[in-house]
Amino acid sequence: MSQKMTGAQAVLESLKREGVDVVFGLPGGVLLPLYDAIYQSDIRHILVRHEQGAAHMADGYARATGKVGVCIATSGPGATNLVTGIANAYMDSVPMVAITGQVNTWLIGKDAFQEADITGITLPITKHNYLLRSAKDITRVFREAFYIARTGRPGPVLIDLPRDVTVDEVEFTWPQVDLPGYRPSVKAHEMQIKKAAKALMEAERPVIYVGGGVKYAAAHGELIELATKINAPVTTTLMGIGCFPEDHPLSLGMLGMHGTKYANYAIQESDLILAIGARFDDRVTGKISSFAPRAKIVHIDVDPAEVGKNVRVDIPVVGDAKNALQGLLKEVSPKGRSVWNEKTEAWKKEYPLRYIPNDNVIKPQYVIEKLCEIAPDAIITTEVGQNQMWAAQFFVHKDPQKFISSGGLGTMGYGFPAAIGAKIGRPECDVIDVAGDGSFLMNSQELATAVVNEIPVKVAVLNNGCLGMVRQWQELFFEKRYSATILGRTSPDFVKLAEAYGAVGLRASKPSEVESVIRTAMATDRPVVMDFIVNPAEKVSPMVPAGATLGEILDLEWCDDAQSCHLEKIYAKGRKDILGQEGF
Amino acid sequence: MKHTIAVIVENKAGVLTRIAGLFSRRSFNIDSLSVGATENPDYSRMTITVQGDRDVLEQVIKQLSKLINVIRVSELDPSESIERELAIIKVNADKESRSEIMQIVNIFRAKIIDVSHRSMIIEVTGDEEKIDAIVQLLRQFGIKEIARTGKVSMVRGARVVKA
Repeated sequence: MSQKMTGAQAVLESLKREGVDVVFGLPGGVLLPLYDAIYQSDIRHILVRHEQGAAHMADGYARATGKVGVCIATSGPGATNLVTGIANAYMDSVPMVAITGQVNTWLIGKDAFQEADITGITLPITKHNYLLRSAKDITRVFREAFYIARTGRPGPVLIDLPRDVTVDEVEFTWPQVDLPGYRPSVKAHEMQIKKAAKALMEAERPVIYVGGGVKYAAAHGELIELATKINAPVTTTLMGIGCFPEDHPLSLGMLGMHGTKYANYAIQESDLILAIGARFDDRVTGKISSFAPRAKIVHIDVDPAEVGKNVRVDIPVVGDAKNALQGLLKEVSPKGRSVWNEKTEAWKKEYPLRYIPNDNVIKPQYVIEKLCEIAPDAIITTEVGQNQMWAAQFFVHKDPQKFISSGGLGTMGYGFPAAIGAKIGRPECDVIDVAGDGSFLMNSQELATAVVNEIPVKVAVLNNGCLGMVRQWQELFFEKRYSATILGRTSPDFVKLAEAYGAVGLRASKPSEVESVIRTAMATDRPVVMDFIVNPAEKVSPMVPAGATLGEILDLEWCDDAQSCHLEKIYAKGRKDILGQEGF
Repeated sequence: MKHTIAVIVENKAGVLTRIAGLFSRRSFNIDSLSVGATENPDYSRMTITVQGDRDVLEQVIKQLSKLINVIRVSELDPSESIERELAIIKVNADKESRSEIMQIVNIFRAKIIDVSHRSMIIEVTGDEEKIDAIVQLLRQFGIKEIARTGKVSMVRGARVVKA
């Protein structure tokens, strides 16, 4: 069956066939024909107030649902405003299709009004991108784009759509995907699985180290099965949070720079690391040459280029996490509890995540604990910095699609639009953005989007009056010279800000007010901004200083004299590393 | 260490940019790159010489393979393959020096493809060392201009690098 239609209509029909029910965007001159087709289509369009918001919403939607998120921006500034959001999705392997308008094909290269070479600009931050030059290519390109975005290691694909291409008439066809240069390796090699299983069986001190790959492969069920079958403790990266329930006895929580002490100790003591869908990021490994010094490393990853990129791998397994885990489950036999389990459990008891409670000043960690108590099943999105680390540490995460955070790129301003996207994808869930006063302002204009579209997301601003994570580093490594990190009273009144947009604003200034503010917010079926005035001096702890090994992880508030002396040395070393080559 | 790789790519706009961009973004060093058509009009073949140890080479191959427009990447072992480069060299040549230059050209089995009162253009084909050697010898006459193609390479025997 073929049918004549305009290019714009072919775009909408392609989106529909790919199962898209919502797109996030903002129109512009060259997009007039496309937006005219959107007007006549039943695909839901969420109008954002800044294109960066559209990209992050598509990203949050994708992470919460597992589907491909779609964002749309006009040519020139619209397209360049997407760039941070696309880079963010690329670093965290999020399936996304970004559609940008482009000037008429005959004007390309002439520096036309609102022209930008967006395929050139996004070359290094997309899995692939396209500049369409003919309406007859629309359906093929859209089909390929969605296929590339969601298969293998997922990632963003950009389609640049010149205005005339959307106006031209075309016969609609729906071709098969034929990409000779793209064959993602999904099935793990049997020999390698056998080798990995043997290593797991022989290991006395195994640790399973889990990244976002397990989430994207929806392999958390298999992961839990494997870990319990062989009694191996499990630690997750920031991206892997929720893949293994944190209330499980084998859970070691998060590892790395602000991970738990017990996860980091376990890695350093381990004789076998089973890495699944993780990429040995510098925030995870600490000083890379001393990472897991006694361990054999098995690395399962769907992207062959990740294997051997940062660390030497003893047993590489290229394949989809679910497929590999199913293979491993068949090969391993049950293992009972061991001395190693006792050891990691003893560390968990001895070195819990903790903070010094206070009756007069709100501790940010306390806010997170209360959120977890009142809304344990909520989707948590985060901004970036201290708020992100506390949300990772003090909320008990159990579901991989319910912790949404900018890991690789570390984008401040991500959490709020991501929360809106997540809520649209999963309207049945409560969605809370854990924010800081610095990062919330980076995309707070999307309050308008939330209000107009009646998307009842909640924002918990941990308002410490500073750019907290950088301030923390200045305190520790730059002799408390707080260069450009103190916001103080220069931030707006967040309650009034919320109200100005037609949202609800609530404030807690004392610990006793925290619970009632959260309960009121959760009971309100409208967008709510909660302003928690928290202790400005609070630091994220524990911490592995830059250039240190994971074993050198420190409590920043809880130390006796001997430790604080050690702390001084580490600070001095940290200063050297920062000013030297390793850096922040 | 130098490595030679053959890359079969789709013959489409922007593919060279993708490859060059990948090398600069990942800090890989290209020594030489040459591109040309293949027996199949849909595909082009690149020969790329890269600097680096085994780990770098492995990353180069894996990262190149991830590009959607890249069909095949293959390392060419120098002991099992032939390598050729073409250079054209414009050199000062007058009555006195012309015959001496022609002798050098003969020894290298090169060709003179243009002559004027004051210059000659010489065409030479061979591996990198051979071209370096003739350039070295011609230097005494004064080289006015050199254009080199960069290396192309192919495995000896029946084995092929094909899409």
